Amino acid sequence: MSAAPAGVPMLAVEDVTTAYGAIVALRGVSLAVGRGEIVTLIGANGAGKSTLMMTICGDPAPRSGRIVYDGQDITGWPTHHIMRQGLAHAPEGRRIFPRMTVLENLRMGAELMDGTHFDEDLERVCTLFPRLKERLSQRGGTLSGGEQQMLAIARALMSRPRLLLLDEPSLGLAPMVVRQIFAAIRDLNRQTGLTVLLVEQNAYHALRLAHRGYVLVNGRITMSGTGSELLARAEVRAAYLEGGRA
Amino acid sequence: MVSRVAERGMAAIVRDAGIAALVALGVGAPLLGLKTEPAGGGLTLVPRPGLLLAAVAAVFVGRILVGLLMARRALVSPAPRAVLVPPGVGARLGRIAGPAMLAFALVLPFLPGAGRYEVDLATLVLTYVMLGWGLNIVVGLAGLLDLGYVAFYAVGAYGYALLARHLDIGFWTALPLTGLFAAGWGIILGFPVLRLRGDYLAIVTLAFGEIIRIVLLNWVSLTGGPNGMSGIPRPTFFGLPFSMAGGEGTFAGFFGIQPSPLHRIIFLYYVILALALLTNFVTVRLRRHPVGRAWEALREDEVASRALGLSVVAVKLTAFATGALFGGFAGAFFATRQGFISPESFTFIESALVLAIVVLGGMGSQIGVATAAVVMIGGFELFRDLEQFRMLVFGIAMVAIMVWRPRGLVASREPSVALGERRRVDAEHVAEGRG
Ligand SMILES: Nc1ncnc2c1ncn2[C@@H]1O[C@H](COP(=O)(O)OP(=O)(O)OP(=O)(O)O)[C@@H](O)[C@H]1O
Ligand SMILES: [Mg+2]
Repeated sequence: MSAAPAGVPMLAVEDVTTAYGAIVALRGVSLAVGRGEIVTLIGANGAGKSTLMMTICGDPAPRSGRIVYDGQDITGWPTHHIMRQGLAHAPEGRRIFPRMTVLENLRMGAELMDGTHFDEDLERVCTLFPRLKERLSQRGGTLSGGEQQMLAIARALMSRPRLLLLDEPSLGLAPMVVRQIFAAIRDLNRQTGLTVLLVEQNAYHALRLAHRGYVLVNGRITMSGTGSELLARAEVRAAYLEGGRA
Repeated sequence: MVSRVAERGMAAIVRDAGIAALVALGVGAPLLGLKTEPAGGGLTLVPRPGLLLAAVAAVFVGRILVGLLMARRALVSPAPRAVLVPPGVGARLGRIAGPAMLAFALVLPFLPGAGRYEVDLATLVLTYVMLGWGLNIVVGLAGLLDLGYVAFYAVGAYGYALLARHLDIGFWTALPLTGLFAAGWGIILGFPVLRLRGDYLAIVTLAFGEIIRIVLLNWVSLTGGPNGMSGIPRPTFFGLPFSMAGGEGTFAGFFGIQPSPLHRIIFLYYVILALALLTNFVTVRLRRHPVGRAWEALREDEVASRALGLSVVAVKLTAFATGALFGGFAGAFFATRQGFISPESFTFIESALVLAIVVLGGMGSQIGVATAAVVMIGGFELFRDLEQFRMLVFGIAMVAIMVWRPRGLVASREPSVALGERRRVDAEHVAEGRG
C-alpha cells in the first residue's frame, strides 16, 4: 500500500500555517485524505491536531497555504459555507447541546438538509448506535459520556457527510466503549464508503483502524505511512504507545 | 455518622455567615456606622455603633437561616429540584395554566370589580409581559445577555412620537414602522457585539442602552431633551377616536353608547394584550422553525453550532433583531398610551427589571416569564403602602424566589422536536453554570 492516495483526494491540506496571534500552531502542514479512506492524525497534547481540524473548517482561517476539498479550493471560506459542502465535524469534547433532547440534537445535525430524509437518517444512526434509540427524548446533558460521544458522532452523520472529521472520539471513555465507537466508524467506512479523518490520542487503536496515519509534532508533520507501518516504527512506539498500549 | 456530617455542615454555615457579617461590617462601617452632623462651623462625625452592630447581627443571623434552609433542602432532595410536584402533574398544570391565564386576561376588563385602576395596572403588567417575552428571545432562547433592552423600547417610543409629529402618521401605520426601525437598531447593536459573549456582551449592551438614552436627552432639537415629547396622538378604533364629546365620528357616537374614559383604557388593554399574544405566538412558532432552533443551539454551544454549519452571525443578528422588534412595538404602545415620553422612562432600571422578569421566569419559558411579570409588577403595586420599605420587600422576595427555585419559576424546557406525543423533560440534573 502506498503512502499517498491515488486520484483526486477528498481533502488536500497544502503547506498550511495557522496561528493564534503570536502563537503559531501549525507550521507548513500538508496531508491528503483519499476517497473512502480512514486517515488518522496522532500527536501529543498541544501538537495542533484540533487546530488542523478547525482550520479545515475555516475557523481559524489559515495564515498561508491551501485547503482543497473535493477538487475545490475552500481556503478562506466562511465556516457555515464550508460545512454545506458535505463535511461534518464532531469537535473535541463532544459538545452536544445539553438542554436539548437527543432527538433535538440529531435534528440540529440535519439542519442543513431539507428535512425530507430526516426519518430515514434517524433510523440509520439509531441502527448504528442502538443506545441512542432508547433515549431519544432524554436530555443530551443527562447522557453518559459514552452515549454523549455516540450522539456527537450520530449528530455529525445526520448531515449525510462525505467527509467526517472526528476529534478525539475516545476522550475519557472506557476501553469497551472505545472499541464500540471504533467499530462503528469502521462499519460506516466499509458499508457506506464514508471518508474519515480521525484525530486520536489513543494511537494504538487509531493506527489499527486507519488505512494511513500522520504524526504531528509541534505543528509539523514528522511522519506518515500506513497504520501498520507507523505502528512498527520505534519512534512512534516510544512516543505514543509506551504506557498507553504497547 | 449523619450527625457528624450535619455538624460539619453547621460549621460551614456559621463560617459562611461569619464572612457575610464581615462583609456587612466593611460595607456598613462607613455607610451606617458614621453619620455626619452639622456642628459649629462644619460637620462632625458621629459614630453609631449600635446601628452598625444591629445590621451586622441581622446579616449574620439571616445568612445562617438561608444556609440552614438550603442545607435542609439539600437533605430532602439531593439534586436541586425545580419541579416540586411530580413531572406528570407539572406538565398537566402547565397545559392548563396557559389557557386559564389567557381566558382570564381576555375577560379581565369586564370582571366585577375591574375599574380604571385595575385595567390600568393590568395594561402595565401586560407591557412588561410583552417586554419580557421580547427579551426572552435574546436572553432566554439565544443566550445573549442583553442589559440594554430598554434602548429598543425607547427607539420604538420615540420612533412613533417622531413619525406622528413630523409625518402625521397614525398609531396603526406607525406600529410596523417603529418595529422595523427598532429591529434595524437591533442589527446595528448586533454587529459590534458579534464576537462577544457573557460578561463582555452584557457590558457593551448596557453601554448601548445608556448611549441611546443620553442621545435622546441631549438631542434637544429632535427629541425635546429632558422635557420629552408631549401631545403624542392616541390610537383610534379603526379610525374612530375616543372622545368624551361623543358625536358622529367618535367611538362612542358610532356605537351609540355613552362616552366614557374607560373605553380608551379598555381598548389600550386589548391592544397590548394582542401585541403580547403576537409576541408569544411568533416566539412559539419560531422555536419550531430552523431560526429558533438555531437560537437555542447557539445558547447551548456556539462551537458546536458553528461545526454544524450554522452561520453564527446570522443567528445572533436575527435574535437581536427579533427581540428588538417586539421591544419597539412595546415602546410605540407605551408612547401612545402615555401621550408623553421623556428619557426618564428609559433608564437602566427598566432593562434590569425586564431582565429580572426573564431570569425569574426561568429563561426561555413563556409561561414562566408571564408569571414573573405578574408577580413582579403586581407585587410592586401590592407593596405600595410600604413606602420606603417597598424596595426592601421586593429585594427579599426576589432572593427568596431564587433560593426556592434557583432556575426560575418554570425551569422545564419544552422540546421543540418530538416523535409522537410531546413529552416534557425536566430541567434539573444538568450541571448548572454552563454557558
Ligand atoms: N484559541 C487559541 N488561542 C491561542 N492559542 C491556542 C488556541 N487554541 C489552541 N491554541 C494553542 O495552539 C496549540 C495547538 O492546540 P491544539 O488544540 O490544536 O492541540 P491538540 O493537538 O488538539 O492538543 P490535544 O491533544 O490536547 O487536544 C497549543 O499550544 C494551544 O495552546
Ligand atoms: Mg485537541
